[in-house]
Amino acid sequence: MSYHAIKAIYIYEMTRFFRTIFQSLFSPVLSTSLYFVVFGTAIGSRMQEIDGVSYGAFIVPGLIMLTVMTQATSNASFGIYFPKFSGTIYELLSSPISFVEIVSGYVGAAATKSLLIGCIIMLTSTLFVPLQIAHPLVMVLFLCLTCFSFALMGFIIGIWAKNFEQLQLIPLLIVTPMVFLGGSFYSISMLPPIWQKITLFNPVVYLISGFRWSFFDTADVPVGSSLMAIFAFTVLCIVVIWWIFRTGWRIRL
Amino acid sequence: MSDIICIEGLSKSYADGANVLSDVNLNVKDGEIFALLGPNGAGKTTLISIICGIVRASSGTIMVDGHDYVKDYRWTRDLIGLVPQEIALDSFETVMRTCRLSRGLFGRRKDDALIEDILDKLSLIDKRDSQLRELSGGMKRRVMIAKALSHEPKILFLDEPTAGVDVELRKDMWRLVLALKERGVTIILTTHYIEEAEAMADRVGVISKGKLALVEEKESLLRRLGKKTLRIELQKPVAVLPTVLEPFNLDVEDNGSTFLYTYDKNANRTGITKLLSELSSTGLILKDLQTQQTSLEDIFIDMIQKENS
Ligand SMILES: Nc1ncnc2c1ncn2[C@@H]1O[C@H](COP(=O)(O)OP(=O)(O)OP(=O)(O)O)[C@@H](O)[C@H]1O
Ligand SMILES: [Mg+2]
Repeated sequence: MSYHAIKAIYIYEMTRFFRTIFQSLFSPVLSTSLYFVVFGTAIGSRMQEIDGVSYGAFIVPGLIMLTVMTQATSNASFGIYFPKFSGTIYELLSSPISFVEIVSGYVGAAATKSLLIGCIIMLTSTLFVPLQIAHPLVMVLFLCLTCFSFALMGFIIGIWAKNFEQLQLIPLLIVTPMVFLGGSFYSISMLPPIWQKITLFNPVVYLISGFRWSFFDTADVPVGSSLMAIFAFTVLCIVVIWWIFRTGWRIRL
Repeated sequence: MSDIICIEGLSKSYADGANVLSDVNLNVKDGEIFALLGPNGAGKTTLISIICGIVRASSGTIMVDGHDYVKDYRWTRDLIGLVPQEIALDSFETVMRTCRLSRGLFGRRKDDALIEDILDKLSLIDKRDSQLRELSGGMKRRVMIAKALSHEPKILFLDEPTAGVDVELRKDMWRLVLALKERGVTIILTTHYIEEAEAMADRVGVISKGKLALVEEKESLLRRLGKKTLRIELQKPVAVLPTVLEPFNLDVEDNGSTFLYTYDKNANRTGITKLLSELSSTGLILKDLQTQQTSLEDIFIDMIQKENS
């Protein structure tokens, strides 16, 4: 393993982030603030408490997850798609490194960025609602694993995509609906029984439920299964990436 | 001199199935400058891309410095620097940062002084903090070279390094390449400017339609295929070529005031003596005589034409 190479990629990616720090942070913070204003304050005041938590506070973990998942995915997919698009990938392919370094650098940077954004949103939310965190360590674990695993998935999308449309396709068509239907804004116990069953096939349900448990100590599904889900998803992504680099799929001609 | 790159039985067909390289065998010697020539689409870039790990070979083996380029890719790629044909740069990055990335990717310790020295040699030092999109095309190409040199390769591939670079800078670049050779760097370059190969190369390989048509010392290639041209300028132009001169297949130029005679200087009889004595018998008065060596370009075009016919 080449520590220098990982560091070089990581620093290179992070400087791009900090160069555009304003756009990078401003848009996610603005859109979550809008959610708070609309759902938390305006609508939330008419909503009853869910499991003893005010609606404004209830949506915070879901909103953080929503942002972190989309940010990690888009950052990582763009991060690796861009060298493919601009041709600078020649340098990654011809340097004496393996996929371990490439993935560590790009996924590490994308995960860090989304983690930063997640933390800032959490801070922003305290401006709107009082927030307590019942299990801080579990919360951090869930947050980090989500950043990491969705960055891995973003990396796969970036490798797979042949154009900018495809790059947007998966996040738009799959990630966003899964997150919205994953209980970001409601408890799945509020759904009709049949939908409660169907929803259990949505992996995002487990992540949001587990994450929310770390805040409020209440969950839709057992925390253990949430942890299993996130680990399984991470492992699945790693296996796919390992296969991509073994076969050179869509990278080496 | 030992061989630093040994290519055996290398073939490549892309996804569409067409054979781009077929059974290429080539050894490159440690410390030499090897020029790879060939028409567009011959497979030069493909060959280089395979050695560097960008494209996968369909079959064949490559040893670099005694190590297999697939099994020991960390070892072999560590030695190799690549300046690809296409300029590919991250427009919003600065010259310095993109060079730092190259160095880091190859596992080298950060060394800005070394990068600055390279930028200086490539007349880019005052652009060190400019964004790449602010540079001209020729400057960008030099940045590509700077990136490759930043990680101090022992073997350097230059895929048309001077395309789009002006004459003066091209000469500078030749000097740089020769200086690298002095330091023991092996250089493999492709070019369509034949004078470039003539000026720098120790050996020349010609690739055509995916086959290595020939590999030879540049000097002996010039000697072997070397035709010369005798240029005869007359005091006064002639309207018709005198009949005694017809057997010599002269080309007439400048409205009959210049004759060109092409001969093989390695032949037993060049025919020059006979030509000159016939000339004096016609009573024409000569103004000047010159001989010219055929360039690699002429040889090259000749070969390709033979191949096609
Ligand atoms: N990615 C690719 N997919 C399919 N065919 C390709 C690909 N890249 C190159 N080729 C084909 O391979 C052949 C050799 O191309 P290559 O780029 O190696 O030529 P070259 O000798 O470098 O030419 P030039 O002097 O124009 O740079 C061409 O016929 C080209 O069309
Ligand atoms: Mg080429």
